[in-house]
Amino acid sequence: MKMSSTRRLERLKEAYGNGAIDRRKFLGLTAAAAASMGVMTNWSRNALAAASEVRFDGWGGVVQEAIDKYAFQPYTAKTGRKVVQGTFDDENVVITKLKAATPGQDFQVIHSSGVEYYKKYIDNGWVSEINEANIPNMANVMTAMIEPFRKMTPKLSCVPYDYGTTGIAYNTKVISEAEAKEKGANLLVDKKYAGKIGAYGDMVTRVWYASLQTGQDPNNAQDMEAVWAKVREARDMTKKYWSSGAELMDLMAKEEIVVTEAWSGRIAALQQQGAPVAYHDPKGSYAWMEDMLILKGSPMAECEELINFMLDPATAIAVAEGQNYPPSLDPKKVKLTDKIAKLPAFDPTGEMTSLTFANPDYWSSHSDEWTKQWDRISKGA
Amino acid sequence: MAVSMLSAAEKRRPWILLAPTLAALVLLMLVPIGIMLVYSFYKFQTAGVETPDLNLGNWHEFFSDSYYHGFLWKTARISAITALLCAVMGYPPAYFIAMTSFRHKWLLLLLLIVPFWISFTIRTFSWVHILGEKGVINASLMGLGLISEPIPMLYTEGSVIMGMIHFLLPYMVLNIYVSLDGIDRNLISAARSLGCTNWQAFKEVTLPLSLPGLGAGLLLSFVLAAGSYVTPQILGGRKDSLFGNLIFDTIMKELNWPMGTTLSVVLLVLLGIVSIIYSRYMGLSTITKGLSR
Repeated sequence: MKMSSTRRLERLKEAYGNGAIDRRKFLGLTAAAAASMGVMTNWSRNALAAASEVRFDGWGGVVQEAIDKYAFQPYTAKTGRKVVQGTFDDENVVITKLKAATPGQDFQVIHSSGVEYYKKYIDNGWVSEINEANIPNMANVMTAMIEPFRKMTPKLSCVPYDYGTTGIAYNTKVISEAEAKEKGANLLVDKKYAGKIGAYGDMVTRVWYASLQTGQDPNNAQDMEAVWAKVREARDMTKKYWSSGAELMDLMAKEEIVVTEAWSGRIAALQQQGAPVAYHDPKGSYAWMEDMLILKGSPMAECEELINFMLDPATAIAVAEGQNYPPSLDPKKVKLTDKIAKLPAFDPTGEMTSLTFANPDYWSSHSDEWTKQWDRISKGA
Repeated sequence: MAVSMLSAAEKRRPWILLAPTLAALVLLMLVPIGIMLVYSFYKFQTAGVETPDLNLGNWHEFFSDSYYHGFLWKTARISAITALLCAVMGYPPAYFIAMTSFRHKWLLLLLLIVPFWISFTIRTFSWVHILGEKGVINASLMGLGLISEPIPMLYTEGSVIMGMIHFLLPYMVLNIYVSLDGIDRNLISAARSLGCTNWQAFKEVTLPLSLPGLGAGLLLSFVLAAGSYVTPQILGGRKDSLFGNLIFDTIMKELNWPMGTTLSVVLLVLLGIVSIIYSRYMGLSTITKGLSR
């Protein structure tokens, strides 16, 4: 069957997008094709543009400041390639924008929230295929962190980068360490603190903690009626649902709230600023991992080079210390610092068995229904 | 022949001049609204994924689920309260600016516009530092020993209305001012010379003649408040979301574009009906009259 020139170029672009051919070869072939047609194709223009910069979107705040300072700035200094940065406070915002944009052009590398979100990128057909040979530093990444992603796509579109927990942060002027440890997850529904409780306005976190508070397994709750009742009970005691790390830090620092679920790294940053805040991971605390995801259509060679640079032990350790989240580097293969060893959620075994991550099958099968239900409850229903 | 050709050219000229605006309106407003309308008939599959299986499911859900109706009512109620408070608070300053003999009236008008020089989000966030438990008001009252516990002012319906008044008041004042400034002062003098008191002259002459501006201000305030999303998000508590927040969360959190666009079309129709009612009784030309001055 005869193949049209357009189809040939599309295949060429696909091969480049998947990392099967490098940028130099791709440009050479498309330039030859373009010269023969007397035109410059749209994607070769993009590839040329991408040669000088890579687009990155992350969580902003202290987390992105650390990535920028310890990874992107040295990377630009070394390669001359700029990293153009964007931020989001909710990864769904990125997904919404991607639906109206061109993945790989407007957005390329995303600091994504683990396997739960990985599935959304797969469902939308936005995942690429990384050439792992171009990221030799992946050899240092914990296998336990890579495997959940590989189960979903044998050819990875992302590389795990860091992990942490969503535990409980409390004001030490109001709540003692003993009380926090004794009450655990139930501290967040303690009537004594009604009106001074904060909470992350996110379905998974809400259902996770309600499961713990009703004595159920967060990855296999059997009595959802009890879970939703607890979500409502907690809602009526909640002063504010926060939606970003910056908002969480602001609410705690201004003492608008005295207890909330919290991201471990953000609380560590608050503590370093001298705020009277402590952090406690109750039994079954929600553990999560984050990854650097390359979208389909991105300049793969450049993105892979950037991620490889970010995974270099010296860079990854500096970023981890800056953002206060442990890196994905395997402690059995790479010697990590004492500061990292003291971070909440740090797993010295490299096996991740001590942390409770969300089961992607369980959560993705209920995600749509529960997100809608949570959305209604959060608005008073 | 030449005359008729010239006449045809003259007839075309307004359309040629209007063409860029009309093209922008069609491409940037009507086409997107059309796309939204089509999307409202799509089928939601899973977060971020929908299929073009045209059906009435989203519309059926909207009409049969009282959850959405409650939000419509709350949005209309809060928008109406905000618009009325803007009118009450906006009329006196507009009257003062219009009637003052102060030589540098432009300075007063400039003061009205000054808040627009600061980002809307920052202006909204500033209320957190004023109304919060550690904010200016509570800290002052507690410092003076007038209260022992902070008064809960932030993250309430009241703080949302206050935030929206902060944002909408200049629109109201400017609309009323334009109307008041256009009143022939001789009419007021005539009323006074015929025995009216100041209050009667205001009630019988000034107020009726300024109603178009007041109406335009009310319409603008209501429409902008009803579409508000940022203010309830920042200053509202868990039960203070408006219809705009519902649309945002349906699209951005549930990633359910078909339902989100259905709700967007509903809000558009609601605000369109309000504008039609206004036009029926006041005439939309009163708004353009104000702008053309």
